Amino acid sequence: MSTRMFGEPIARREDPRLLTGQGRFLDDLGRGALAAAFVRSPHAHARVTGIDVADALDVDGLVAIYTWDDLPGRVAEPLPLLIPHPALTHGRTGYALARDVVRHVGEPVAMVVAADRYLAEDAAERVRVGYEPLPAVVGIENAERARDLVHPDVPGNVGAVLLQENGDAPAAIADAPHVLEFRLSIERSASTPLEGRGVYARWDADDGSLRVYSSTQASTSVRAAIAAKLDLPPGKVEVVAPDVGGGFGVKIVHPWPEEVLVPWAARLLGREVKWAEDRREHFVASAHERGQLHDVRVGFDGAGRVLGLDVRILHDHGAYTPYGIIIPIVTSTQLLGPYRIGAYRAEVRSLYTNTLIVTPYRGAGRPQGVFCMERTMDRIAAHLGLDRADVRAANLIQPDEFPYDQGLTFQDGRPLVYDSGDYPELLRRVRDLIGWDAFEGERRAAAARGRRIGIGLGCYVEGTGVGPYEGGHVEIDSAGRVHVSTGLTSQGQGHQTAFAQIAAAELGVPIESVRVTTGDTRRFGYAVGTFASRAAVMSGNAIALACRKVRAKALRIAAEALEADPRDLDVTDGVVHVRGDRSAAVPLATVAVLSNPLRYAFDAQTAAATQFATGRPPSEPPVAPGDEPGLEGRDYYSPVRSTFAAGAHAAIVETDPDTAEIRILRYAVVHDCGRLVNPRIVEGQIHGGVAQGVAGALYERMAYDASGQLLNASFMDFLMPYATEVPAVEIDHLETPSPLNPLGIKGAGEAGVIPVSAVIASAVEDAEGIGIDAMPLSPDALFHLRRTSAAWSAAGTGAGTGAGAEAGSAAGAGAGRRREDDDAGGVARGAGDLNPASPPDPSRGGEPRPGQPGIVPEGEL
Amino acid sequence: MTEETFEIVLTVNGVHRAARAPARRLLSDLLRHDLGLTGTHVGCEHGVCGCCTVLLDGEPVRSCLMFAVTASGRAVTTVEGLAGPDGRMSPVQQAFQDCHGLQCGFCTPGFLCTITAFLRDTPRPTDEEILEAVSGNLCRCTGYQNILRSVRRASDLMEES
Ligand code: FES
Ligand code: FES
Repeated sequence: MSTRMFGEPIARREDPRLLTGQGRFLDDLGRGALAAAFVRSPHAHARVTGIDVADALDVDGLVAIYTWDDLPGRVAEPLPLLIPHPALTHGRTGYALARDVVRHVGEPVAMVVAADRYLAEDAAERVRVGYEPLPAVVGIENAERARDLVHPDVPGNVGAVLLQENGDAPAAIADAPHVLEFRLSIERSASTPLEGRGVYARWDADDGSLRVYSSTQASTSVRAAIAAKLDLPPGKVEVVAPDVGGGFGVKIVHPWPEEVLVPWAARLLGREVKWAEDRREHFVASAHERGQLHDVRVGFDGAGRVLGLDVRILHDHGAYTPYGIIIPIVTSTQLLGPYRIGAYRAEVRSLYTNTLIVTPYRGAGRPQGVFCMERTMDRIAAHLGLDRADVRAANLIQPDEFPYDQGLTFQDGRPLVYDSGDYPELLRRVRDLIGWDAFEGERRAAAARGRRIGIGLGCYVEGTGVGPYEGGHVEIDSAGRVHVSTGLTSQGQGHQTAFAQIAAAELGVPIESVRVTTGDTRRFGYAVGTFASRAAVMSGNAIALACRKVRAKALRIAAEALEADPRDLDVTDGVVHVRGDRSAAVPLATVAVLSNPLRYAFDAQTAAATQFATGRPPSEPPVAPGDEPGLEGRDYYSPVRSTFAAGAHAAIVETDPDTAEIRILRYAVVHDCGRLVNPRIVEGQIHGGVAQGVAGALYERMAYDASGQLLNASFMDFLMPYATEVPAVEIDHLETPSPLNPLGIKGAGEAGVIPVSAVIASAVEDAEGIGIDAMPLSPDALFHLRRTSAAWSAAGTGAGTGAGAEAGSAAGAGAGRRREDDDAGGVARGAGDLNPASPPDPSRGGEPRPGQPGIVPEGEL
Repeated sequence: MTEETFEIVLTVNGVHRAARAPARRLLSDLLRHDLGLTGTHVGCEHGVCGCCTVLLDGEPVRSCLMFAVTASGRAVTTVEGLAGPDGRMSPVQQAFQDCHGLQCGFCTPGFLCTITAFLRDTPRPTDEEILEAVSGNLCRCTGYQNILRSVRRASDLMEES
């Protein structure tokens, strides 16, 4: 394959359109369509006692109001549970419109259709819904306590209990020379694309067919869902994902209530209907992610090698489970990262709360797992007084150990087997890039100027390119244009460019002649969707395979025309020619004409092709058995299992001694996603991922109050970072090709976000000398931690964290970093070494973990 | 209840446009839905994201925070009006392509309008000034790094021409 296009950092081909206002996003379509608006529950948990629409009927331009009672047949049934799992014993989904009970603020109760959105909202405001409030279950601890239930028939609010086990972790821990135990927590956040969701449907009564546009990451599945719900043959439903203004996971869920209701209303009314989500709706009615609590028990030896790891994960999945338990499955498997640890056990309890549903957001459970593992590595290092990077190095899987079987089942239901990688090299490079080994000098220099800085790092492995399949279709027309299509969708990943690069390289055509269509069921009907960093791996390979078919066919036809052996032919710049002889040549455009025995001379190209008229023997059919007219090909790529990308990040942060503000001074990423199709696009993905990681580490959370109201449901209050908050990212790539797919690529979409919280926690802990157990970390949270840990220290019960620094290294760093010669006696309970191999070494005490429930410092007993 | 509507006459991208709309119609909605100029995007409708930024008499404003009636008699430039008369992308647009300053492209029109006005007033900005200039617009895709580069590159392109 030519490498001329593949691997080049070319500028994106979709840009001119998007830069000149010619993009077509969902709400740019359907001018003049009726507008839908939704009446949504203001209560987190309530019984609906009645709905009165009388006032709304006065609104000029009102067309219809629908409640659950109006919904027929399958539209009235609960929404599907997309990904069942044997461990999800109590899966529950909501209705398109609430039936009797609402279980989170924002749940749709009625749909209004009117002449425009203003009028639809006027009417929606006038719909009076009677509610009888029920007790709301908010927060993971409350869900677990289960004083109240989200679903009366789900005992303990437990939707799923999932066990992941490899070896006997409790026994390994019991036998380990050192044992630590601690609790970690990660708050909720959300994908928050700048374009919300949206659906626009038009019913063609003459044809009995439906065209639906949706701002989705899975148009083919939306089609299947709508066809099923509306009882239409799939062939009568077309779903198109137009330009999509970011997805990051949230738009993979389907069908949303609105994706069922808007097409249903369009058919019922015989009118075009459109709904474009507004920002508040997106906060309360789409989906969130991330919220988990981890109780960790780890046993390790004196070199910091993990002998046994036992993690109890509490996962908040919100009010319903339409997307199953993918997130905690990913957390509990990807937690292991690039490490070979002894025995492992993870027990996940996935809990209902009266809050918005939880479905994948970029990283999809990995950031939590990596936070857990990397915090564990830092604690081990602190406990043993070892360098944090060295402890990681001691646990890494080595390059000669691939394929490496982690002994678990991954999210695709296949064994968790890492295909390839070089983790020690990743770690070495990130140490280099950030200047790990020279940092103590920097720290001293900063301290001398009264500044407090810290360094942190984190590693991860990311399963990418999960199956089951993706397809590609390639057609070369008689003008020489190459039409490439694949069913999965695009939300800014540059597929128009990357897929065209693959096709151009495979076919030997100029990239200018390639046009790529994604996410349009009219062009490609079978697809899985764009998530789990799978698009480049899955569709990239499928398109390559389809191109190879087309190329082989082109060579065969051209060989007949040129009276040559196909093995002697090559394709350059869209022209098939004898290798080494450009004069014996036929353009692909002509080959396309020749591929079709029906040759009406519509154009010069077709007329010209007659000179090559090869014809088949009169005794045989014009289209040979097994052949097809046309220069096109379709193929699918279906991997045995996922391919595993990996990376290591490091950061240097500065914390303000007075205000506790945290600033990221440097951020370094070393990343291995196999062969790069377009390095510029991959780097862009990393930049964006790191920005979302920083957001989750320092700024973004979902502030639910005890009654289940989301207090920060606007961009005023939800602190999405601006340019001023996001650091420049320094990037180095390693390219370990995947042996699993023809192109040797691995996914890159989520890499940037995965370890950021872990890395920032590591760095802040290093700067402050205070254990960091919870993210995001706001200045006030850090300020509070400083005060509680100072009180702890003053009470004589604490030991320093020793967070990765040599004694004395931070002596000048001011307050916060305490030396470790305090009385360490208090930490053996809970926070300290539960299995000291030898009497506790006071200089190696465990970490005080102020403010953590369940861990009581001895001084307070 | 029938809503009273008003005649709104304004210049958009150099073209005289007229529409009838109720007093509460946002400028962003008028541009998008009444005039069909959908390049201006709406990401929050509460003045924070900057997606809806257009130039009003040359100055960046958030069109989601303005009623269309108040734009009567004024000149509005939207992303559709940034390219040259020959359709060539402006230096700012070109720079965004050169530096991969966009991914999904939803925030991009707002950035382009903001930066166009900024570079007109500050043709050779410092890095600090660039950061300040773009720090009122949200982008969820790019992590901003390439947007900052794009501004520098646009400034260079303008200087060259
Ligand atoms: S839409 Fe106007 S600022 Fe967000
Ligand atoms: S490019 Fe997607 S929001 Fe900026």
